[in-house]
Order: sequence, then structure tokens, then C-alpha cells
Amino acid sequence: MAEKKKDRNRTIDPAALEVLARTEGSGIESAYDRYLNMQPQCQYGNTGICCTICIQGPCRITKKASKGICGAAPYTIVARNLLRHVLGGTACHSDHGFHITMVMKEIADGHPGDYSITDSAKLKMVAERFGFPTEGRPEQDVLKDVVNLAMEEFSRLDKKVYSAWLEKTIVPERLEKAMECNIMPNSIHKTIAESMAQTHMGMDADPVNLVFQSLKTALCDYIGMHIATDLSDILFGTPTPVVSEANMGVLEEKMVNIALHGHNPILSEMVVKAARDMKDEAIAAGAEGIKCMGICCTGNEVLMRQGVPVLTNFASQELAIMTGAVDVMVVDVQCIMPGIQTVAECFHTKIITTIPNAKIPSSYYVDFDETRAQEKAREIVGIAIDAYKQRDASKVSIPQVKHKVVAGFSLEALTDILAAVNPDNPIKVITDAIDSGELAGVCLFAGCNNLKVIHDGSHTAIAKELAKNNVLLVATGCAAGSYAKLGLMNGDAVEEYAGEGLKAFINRLNEANKDKLQDKLPLIFHMGSCVDNTRAYDLVTALAQEWQMDTPKVPFVASAPEAMSEKAVSIGSWVVTLGMPVHVGVMPPIPGSPLVDGIALQIAQDVYGGYFIWEEDPAEAAKKLLGALQERTWKLKVHKMAQEQYETDAISKTW
Amino acid sequence: MSTVGKEWENSFEEIYDGAIDESNPPLPLFQKVYDGAIIATSYAEILLSQAIRRYGPDHPVGYPDTGYYLPVIMNLSGEKVTKLGELVPILNRMRNQIKEELNFYNARLCGESTAYAAEIIEAIRYLKGENLHVSPWTGFLGDPVVRRYGILLVDWTIPGQAVIVGKAKSTEALAKIISDLQAKGFMIFMAYEVVDQAIEAGLKLGIDFITFTMGNFTQVIHAVNYALRAGLAFGGIAPGLREEQRDYQRRRIRAFVLHFGERDEVQIAAHFAAIFLGFPVLVDHELPEDEQIPNWYIAHPDYETLVQVALEVRGIKLKILDIPVPFTVAPAFEGEAIRKKDMYLEFGGGRTPSFELVKMVEESEIEDGKVEIVGPDVDEIEEGAAISGGIYVKIYGRKMQEDFEGVLERRIHDFVNYGEGLWHTGQRNLCWYRVSKDCVAKGFKFRHYGDLLIAKFKDDFPAIVDRVQVTIYTDPKMVDEKLEEARKVYASRDARLAGLTDESVDMFYSCTLCQSFAPNHVCVVTPQRLGLCGAVSWLDGKASNEIDPTGPNQPIKKEGVIDEKKGIWASVNEFVYNNTNRNIEECSMYSFIDRPMTSCGCFECIMGIVPEVNGVMITTREHGGMTPCGMNFSTLAGSVGGGIQTPGFMGHGRPYVLSKKFISADGGLGHLVWMPKELKDWLGDDLRKAAEEQGLGTDFVDKIADETIGTTVEEILPFLEEKGHPALTMEPLM
Repeated sequence: MAEKKKDRNRTIDPAALEVLARTEGSGIESAYDRYLNMQPQCQYGNTGICCTICIQGPCRITKKASKGICGAAPYTIVARNLLRHVLGGTACHSDHGFHITMVMKEIADGHPGDYSITDSAKLKMVAERFGFPTEGRPEQDVLKDVVNLAMEEFSRLDKKVYSAWLEKTIVPERLEKAMECNIMPNSIHKTIAESMAQTHMGMDADPVNLVFQSLKTALCDYIGMHIATDLSDILFGTPTPVVSEANMGVLEEKMVNIALHGHNPILSEMVVKAARDMKDEAIAAGAEGIKCMGICCTGNEVLMRQGVPVLTNFASQELAIMTGAVDVMVVDVQCIMPGIQTVAECFHTKIITTIPNAKIPSSYYVDFDETRAQEKAREIVGIAIDAYKQRDASKVSIPQVKHKVVAGFSLEALTDILAAVNPDNPIKVITDAIDSGELAGVCLFAGCNNLKVIHDGSHTAIAKELAKNNVLLVATGCAAGSYAKLGLMNGDAVEEYAGEGLKAFINRLNEANKDKLQDKLPLIFHMGSCVDNTRAYDLVTALAQEWQMDTPKVPFVASAPEAMSEKAVSIGSWVVTLGMPVHVGVMPPIPGSPLVDGIALQIAQDVYGGYFIWEEDPAEAAKKLLGALQERTWKLKVHKMAQEQYETDAISKTW
Repeated sequence: MSTVGKEWENSFEEIYDGAIDESNPPLPLFQKVYDGAIIATSYAEILLSQAIRRYGPDHPVGYPDTGYYLPVIMNLSGEKVTKLGELVPILNRMRNQIKEELNFYNARLCGESTAYAAEIIEAIRYLKGENLHVSPWTGFLGDPVVRRYGILLVDWTIPGQAVIVGKAKSTEALAKIISDLQAKGFMIFMAYEVVDQAIEAGLKLGIDFITFTMGNFTQVIHAVNYALRAGLAFGGIAPGLREEQRDYQRRRIRAFVLHFGERDEVQIAAHFAAIFLGFPVLVDHELPEDEQIPNWYIAHPDYETLVQVALEVRGIKLKILDIPVPFTVAPAFEGEAIRKKDMYLEFGGGRTPSFELVKMVEESEIEDGKVEIVGPDVDEIEEGAAISGGIYVKIYGRKMQEDFEGVLERRIHDFVNYGEGLWHTGQRNLCWYRVSKDCVAKGFKFRHYGDLLIAKFKDDFPAIVDRVQVTIYTDPKMVDEKLEEARKVYASRDARLAGLTDESVDMFYSCTLCQSFAPNHVCVVTPQRLGLCGAVSWLDGKASNEIDPTGPNQPIKKEGVIDEKKGIWASVNEFVYNNTNRNIEECSMYSFIDRPMTSCGCFECIMGIVPEVNGVMITTREHGGMTPCGMNFSTLAGSVGGGIQTPGFMGHGRPYVLSKKFISADGGLGHLVWMPKELKDWLGDDLRKAAEEQGLGTDFVDKIADETIGTTVEEILPFLEEKGHPALTMEPLM
């Protein structure tokens, strides 16, 4: 075991392994080295019983000191830290959504700059969801209604008015659950402020109250990200199936390579456009052209909408630079390792930071002013072309690893595909397949990379096992990145990994859509970036509506096999709140309080229907996820049996 | 006799003495209990505060169909909660008794707090309305269900209450355990996935099978509030006498908890709510030593012996009667219905000739234990057939009397219904028998009716039944022939019964059967007034006294008449006074207004005065709805039960309505202005006959209002006036 910890090759991605092997002993450090240097990690922090909230501390719980200096019990410390984590995630997703909302406001106000409404149908759909009239109205007026509501979702202070975005996108039973438990948010910013106050020293000590506030805050995460997805679709188009490629083999030796890293499509869409426009300038600089490629979720955004290839995912972001072939890595927000700058300094690569709240010393900083978006994007592409000229060919070594990716499965796109089988009721194609036992259920893979487990190893091992057992798989974020890079997001993977039921199901869709699709459907359906997780949850809601029951009865699970960021904590928390079992493949800092741990693992199910599963071993995790699905399909079967036997009108509400 | 009294105060806690090895207390277990209690009470607080924000502090709160408010709280603290806001100080008190110091005493208090929290959480859930569950899930069980089985539970006819939670290792293993408990006659409460497993296994579930299936989480409190209501309804213990109530639970409610599968903190705290009431908990998997308490919190992974150990720990000894039949015989199957599609054969029910007869015979006329079939047996009968059938039971006993024939004959109904897959209703030549397909598949033959009846008669009536012989007739000719014989017996019995009046006997019988749980009540049973439970007639009392001369049915010599019209005798008064812990000094047999007879809580019906129309109304346990006196059955029961005299209100048995002595001192049947339609139908022609005999005319029945006319005085008055109801012009009741 100790030996294994010293092994820096904590990845199964062959491209990453190649780069790691080549740079071994070179002195160029990446997260893989720093992870080893960090061992052993602090066990107090690891289990959540270290409190640094006031400067009497740090207080850590030991046998001798069973409480913090203020008297805070372990359950208070753990629950408070949990809420702080959720706050971080919620703030980040909401910041993302808010950024897009502000761009939309400019369009609504008549100052579109370089942006415009791409998807009128989506605008109409979103407006109608909230009861705004659309017929015969100028698009800009409709947009104004939507934007004003979106702004209120962030800023509302009235205690008596609740989030419309949440209310209108979940089943009524979930809304009532949130209402009765007092976790229905009024607005995002108000909730964030009250949560920050609640976690100050000497404020809330009640672990249940803190956990519930964590869930309320997490619901704000849902609201923020749902707004982000809806508005991004209106702005840049709702994704439709697209074929592309993934992994470091997409780097081109003879092209200007621009890595788009971060999360928000506001920047990356503009850079992709500028790069297409500036091809001639690149040729003038001696390149054959410009190639954009994505890392992390902004990569997912431009993959989904523009077919831009995936370069790599979170853990290996520095390794991409070590190929020597990345001319510019332009970043916006979230999950940007500051380490990229250090690595870039060993190469010609320029790191360009762009957002006022996400800067890195020594990097280029191009203040991304949305009112001059194209100009700024061209400036960035210009830096890339200049950098290309300085590329040191002797340092270039591109791993020849890449796979075909079939992506672009927004819920709308998925519904369209299902409609080819059942035009009247597309979602029934899934519920029928589950009812008949062809599919064992649905699993959403989400979340990050975390070097506490083997990079991409947990993602792929669990997904393959579930595919074998006929679980319909959807993915977002860096989980999707893993599957794209490692060849699980194409039709060949269906043949290789899918169980008979899943294979039959996907092939039925292929057959029904053969005139429409450019390529065969993949083993795992890419639903977007991590901010798009509400697309997957909208699928849960649609399934629940079709079955006419609350979400905790729906055979749907979520897994974050390599969870890392606070955003993963907030996503996981709202998915649980909204009724789903959530597997987390890395131990979160919670077991320090058996009380809070007990709530997360068991009691949450009684109250909300969802619950957490902590499991680091991928084989065990797959077993537990399948077990969770089986439990739900079993109960569904038994409850239907009861309905028939006892001749009741409705099915049991018990879950 | 009652052992409830001062001597029990503060001594209840002694039952836990010595349970803990003080040198090595189970601190990890106590820590979980503490954590669970924190979670439960904090969650309850969040829900309660929010409910008050949403609905206001004056918003009504309560369960459907109960007169016991929130029973856990009413029982233990005496607080009759009706509004949300009233829960706040109660919950605060419960929060405040959760202490960080880990010991057994504090753990039990955590258990109590958790029970309160669960009751509050459930009560808030019921704010959403009453129809929260679909069958077979039950949720809160209303008072009618408590009354239906509560007596059997506290008098140990039902040997105990098994509370089963969690998820068993397999559906098959769970099914085996539940079937075993059902066969033993247990009342069963289930919560969590054991319910799903039981459904999957096709077990018989629901109120009729005394197997109550609840949902998850805090719904398990409905097992507790059921048991606690039994203490209030039958124990005669005042609400809020916490230690006496706990003592009653410990002594009379033989409950235990079986927990299957993983436990969480809240469940463990809830386990200690059971322990707080004196009930042990058994867990189906290994636990470390420091998470167990001998005799109270026990790990027992062996499913084969789990039930046996639970019974031993709870001190339940079963009277096992081994009857050689291929199906299970237990009270749990009494309420089992056999629908047409599940039926193999039937006889009677007005479709085919049928009869059942118990006949006393001489020693020379009987061969003990013999069962004879005259006509085709089951395997010669086509599935779905309606045949002619009759059951003829000969009984010889040295102390047997002809008067007991009817008493024993009516028990055939219970005995047959105890058989799983057998169904019976009616009596005499109006009886109706059904046998299920399942039962036939298990090997049922007609002789098993005989085996069952022989065993049960001998077991239940050992003092008067020495020998039993049964003949089952299925040959149509023979059925017709024997039916004629039976008709003659019925007719002579009726003639004898008709002459059996209060005046014609010199002895009444007491019934103190319920004093094990209702210490301040005694029934006086006369020929013209049967026990209020409807189950004990004067002849029953006489027979029972013959069987057990020191038992609950004692003769009361009719002496020292004080008021003949009202039915007051000095000897009866003396008996009542001495047998109600000197609570009731005088009691009249024929008035519900002046010193009426008390009630234990088992009454089939409650009558109440409707002064506006000079009338009396009757409602029944089966009728959940409102009545013209402004109260439903549950609310009325709350004021009538428990051994107190409530002038103007009284519990009674259904057939009492037909008696010439029906409130004869107050003017009699002519005052009856309202009753549920179901009761009217049940009494049927007998009521018309009774009305005619009393000079009210056969159309009197049509003058009685029911819920289809109205449930308030305003609604029924025009009807009574239109029909010219005699009550309106009779002498005033008061």
C-alpha cells in the first residue's frame, strides 16, 4: 500500500501516463507529484473535525479535547464545515449563472454587443414555464421578462416569495417537501448571506438545522445552474447530437492550439468564433490553422454546441501543457489549478486569465469585457498565434491518443431521439424499458477528478460495470470528460461494454433514428458541463411525471466517483434533497461526526428519499449503485403488485 | 384484580435495575441513542416551527378518528393537544430532557423524547389530510381499530404485539417469521421494507389480519400510540399518570421490537422509546458487547429462534393447541375474507340449504372424537360449486345443560373463522361457509371442520364439554332432512328464550372479564340485557360460571328491590360497589338517564340523548361519521368509557335495542330517533318485530332517521315531524 502511494502514475489515461513517463525526473511538477508530497494528509481535516472558523482555533477533536474551545461538539463542527463547502459550490455555480444573466440583460436592454439570441424555441419554452406570454410579442420583450425573473432569483429579499425556477422545474411533491422542511429558498444571494451568518462562530450549533440549511443552500446551487443552462441554451443554442474527438491526440503539431479551460461558454464561444475568423493570420504565422480544444467544463460547453474536441479533464490539465504543443491556455472560472502557470513557464505556452475573480500571478490577464467580447477574443487568439511562433519543436511530444465522441445530448435532444420510437410520449420509451426490466435504471455520472483515487479509474470502472448490468448512463462534467477521452462515448463502446438489455435499447434508438443521426449513439450520453446537471435532473422529473409518483421512487442514481470540488458537494446535496441516492467515490470530511454521517447515509432517505453512499472502491461502488437501483425497481414492482392486489386507485406514496 | 395503585408510583423504574454492568456500560449504544434523539427532536422542531409559520399557532392538529388527541402525549403527560402552538412547550420540554451524560436512565429519557418527536412529526404529516395511505399501508389506526382488538390485546387473547421494522435478510425469511407470529395469534406492526417484503411474499396484511403495515420512519409511532390508547381506554388510568401508564404497558401490553437489517441513530433512539415503555428490542445481526443490554437490547442473528427468544425475553407463554389440520388456526385469520374468485366451494348464505347445530346428547349416543362425512367430500366437488351443507355437533358433558347449546353453537363462527382459508358468517340455518382454493390446495377435507371444532370446544369449554362428535352433511337429501330436525331445535330454543325474562329468573350474572384492563367497571348481565360488548348473554354468563365458578361471571341474586321500573336492586348495587373499587354506588338496569350502567370501553354501541327532539340516538363502532348529538363515536367513547356514569349517555350491545327492557324506564324504544343505516339493516326484521310488540307499529322503523337523512338535529327534525315520530309527543325524557 505504502509503495503504491509513492507511485505518481495515478491515472489510467494512456495520454496522461505517456506524459507522466516522459517528464519523470524532469523537475516539472504537476498535481501528480504534489499529491505525493502532500502525504500523509491531515486526518482531522479529512474527517471534518478541524474547526478554523474563529481564531481561537484551529480546534481539532481528540480523545482529550472532545469539544472545540467554544464548546462546539463534533457534530456542530462537521455540519458547519459542510455548510461552508456547500456555500462555496453554490456561490460558484450561481456566479456562473449570474454572469450569463448579466449578458442576457444587455441583450434585453438593447445592447447585445457580439451576442444574440440563438435559440428562440428555448426562450419560448422557458418563458412559458413561468407563465410569461409569448404569442405575438417581440422576442426582446419576452427575454426581458425571463431576465428580470432570473435577476430576482438571485436578489429577492421578500420572505414570502419563493424561487420560481425551482418551483416550476420539480414535481409538486418535492416542492411541498422543501416547503414543509423550511428549505425552500427565496433567492440565491439571500440564502448565501444567511448561511454565511449561520456558520459564524457562536451562531448555529444544531447539526440538523445546519444540515437543512446546507440543503437549502444546495437548492440555490440548483437554481443558479438551472438558470445558467437555460440561458446558455437561449444564447448559444440547445445542444444537439454532434461528433467529435477527445484526448491529447487532438493537439495538432502544425496548428495553433488553443486550450479553452474553465466553465463559462460566454468566453469560450467567443474564442471559438474568433479562431475561425482568424485562420488567415495563423497561416501567415506559418501554421496550417487554429484549433480550439477544451478542458473541463467550458470544454464540455463548446463540445456540446460546437463540436470542439476535448483535450483533457481536470486532473491532467497541467499534463496537456507538458506536450509542448499548447500555445495558449485561456481560462475563465473554476477548477483552474494555479499550477498550470508554473508548468507553462517551462514551455512557450501562455496562460491567459480573463475574469476579475480568477487571476493567477505571472499569467497574462485579459479582462474579458462582454461588451467588447469579439475584440477581447481576437486579442486572445492573437496572443496564441504569437506564442505559436515561439513553440520549441524539440519540446513537442503529442501522445497519439484520441477517441471518437458522440455528444450533444441535451434533454431536448434526447427526447427527440426517443420520439422516433414513441412520438406521442417519448419519455415512455425509458419507463417502459425499466418496467420491463430491459433497463435496470438510470445513472448520472458527474463530478471531478480527485487524485485520492486513480484518475479516471473510478469513473470508467463503475460505468463499465453499470453498462454491463443494463443501466442507462448519462454523464456531465469531468466524468463525461473521462468517458470522452477513454472511448466510452461512441457506438463501438456499446458493442463492447453494454449488457444485452442496454444494447437492445440503444440499438432500438439507433434504428429509429438512422436517417437523422450522423453516427451511432454512444454508451454514455453526454449531457453537458457540470453546470448542466439540472438537465439530468429534469430527466428524473420527467420520469417521475410519467410514472405519476414522487422522485424517490424513480430508479435513478447519481455517482460522483472522483468528487473533488465544493461544487460537487453542493450538487450532491441537492440531488439527495430532490430524492436520489448519490454515490461519492472519495471520503468527504464528514465521518468525524457519526451523527452527521448517519443523517447523510441513512436518515436523509427517510426525510427526503435521497441519501449518500460513500465508497472509494469502484467495484464495491458499482455493487452499491446497482443495489440502490434494484431496491427502487423492487419496491416499484411490489407497490404495483399491492395496487393490483388491494385494488387501490393510486400507488403507495411510500418510498 | 387491578394492581394499579399508589404502590406502583416511582417504583416502575425498578424493572431496569441491574441491567447495566456499571463497570462497563454500553456507552457507544447510549451515544447513538443521544444522537438519534437530537436528530429526531431537531427535525420535529424544524417541521413544527415551519408548520406554525405556514398555518398559524391556532391551526388544529390531530389524528383522524380518535378521541385521544395525540395519544402518546395525552397518555404520558395528560396534555390534550388540539392546536399546533400547544406543541411548542411540549417539544421544548422533550428537547430539554436530552442530556449529554451517557447512561441508561438518560437513554430512556432520550427514547421518550424521540417518541414525542415522532408523534409530533406524524401529527404534522396529518395536516395534509387524512388519506395519506393506500391499502395495505395503514398509517394511524383510529379508535375503532383500537376497540376492535385492544381488549383482546390487553386480556392476552392476542398474546402480544410484535413491532417489526427494517428489512429482513430475505423475503422468505421474513415471511416465515410473520407467518409464525400470525399463527401464534400476535398483533403485528410493521414498518420500513419488511412491509414490502410481506407484500411480495403474499402474506395476509391489514386491519382484518391484525397485521398493520405502516410506512417508514416516524410512522412506527402508530404502534406506540395504539398501545398507549389501550391503557387509556381499558386501563382506567388517568391521562398523564406517566409511571402508571408505563406500568400498565409493561404489564398488559406484551410488546417487543424485532429490528431487521441496518439501524440508524433515529431508529436506535426509537428502540429506547420501546424500552422506556418496558418493551425489549431484538436486533437480527451481531452487535458488539458495548452495544447491548441484557434482556433489553439484544443481538440475535439466528432467525430460526428469533421469535422464541423474543417471547422468552418478554415473558410470553403461549397456550399451544395442536389441531391436526393442514392449515393454520389463529385469531389472526378471523377477519379474512374469501372473495368469489378465491373460493373453492361454499354452502348456505341463502343460496343453498345449510345449517349448523350443537346438540346435547346422552353418554350412550356419542362416540368421542368421531368425525363423519355424509355425502361427497371436497375432492368430489367441482371448483366454484355451491353445495348443500350442514354441520351437526353432538356434545356430552356431565355439567352440560340444554341452555348451553346455543352458547356453544355461536362459537362455531369464531372457531371456523380462525382457520386460514375458511370463512363463516351468520348462524343456525342462515349460516354461510366458504373454503378458499389455497386451503383446498393445502389438503382441506370436510373432516377438518370436525377436527377443528372438536379441539376448540374441548379446549375452550373443558368444564362442560367432555365428549364431542361431529357429522358433516353434504348429501342434499340428508341436509334437507337434518335441517328439519335443526329447525325444530331452534324453535324450541326460541320458545324457551322468549320466556326468559328478567322477571322469570332470580339470578343475574356479573361480567368482570374486562377488569384486567378496566378495573372500575362491572357489567351486570340480565336475560333482557346482554353485556355491552355484545358477546356475553345471560346464558353465556351462566355457562361461563359453570365452567369457572370463581371466574369473571358471578351470579348476583336479585334481592332487595329498590325501584322496579328503573331496575334497581340492593344486591346489584352492593355487588357493583364492591367490584368497582368502590367507585359506583348505585346503578339502574333500565335507565340511561338516571345512574346508568358504566362502560369498560368495549361497547358495540353508544346511545345518547337528543334533547331537542325528546329522543335518543345510537351510534356504532363501525360508524365513523358525525351524529345528531354533535359527536362521533370516538369522541363519545372518550366520555363514556373507563367505568364512569355519564347520565344521558351509555354504551351497550347491538341486540339490546330489540329488548323489551331497552331503556324501559325512560320510555323505551319509542324514543329512538336516529341510528346508522348499517345498524338498522343489521337489526332488520327483528327491529320491526320489536316495534310491533311494543305497540309502535311496524312502520316505526321507517320513522327512525339515519345518516342519509341527516347528522344534525336541524337536518332530522323535519323528517321526524313529517313521519310523526312518537318521540316528539312522548313524555319528556328529562
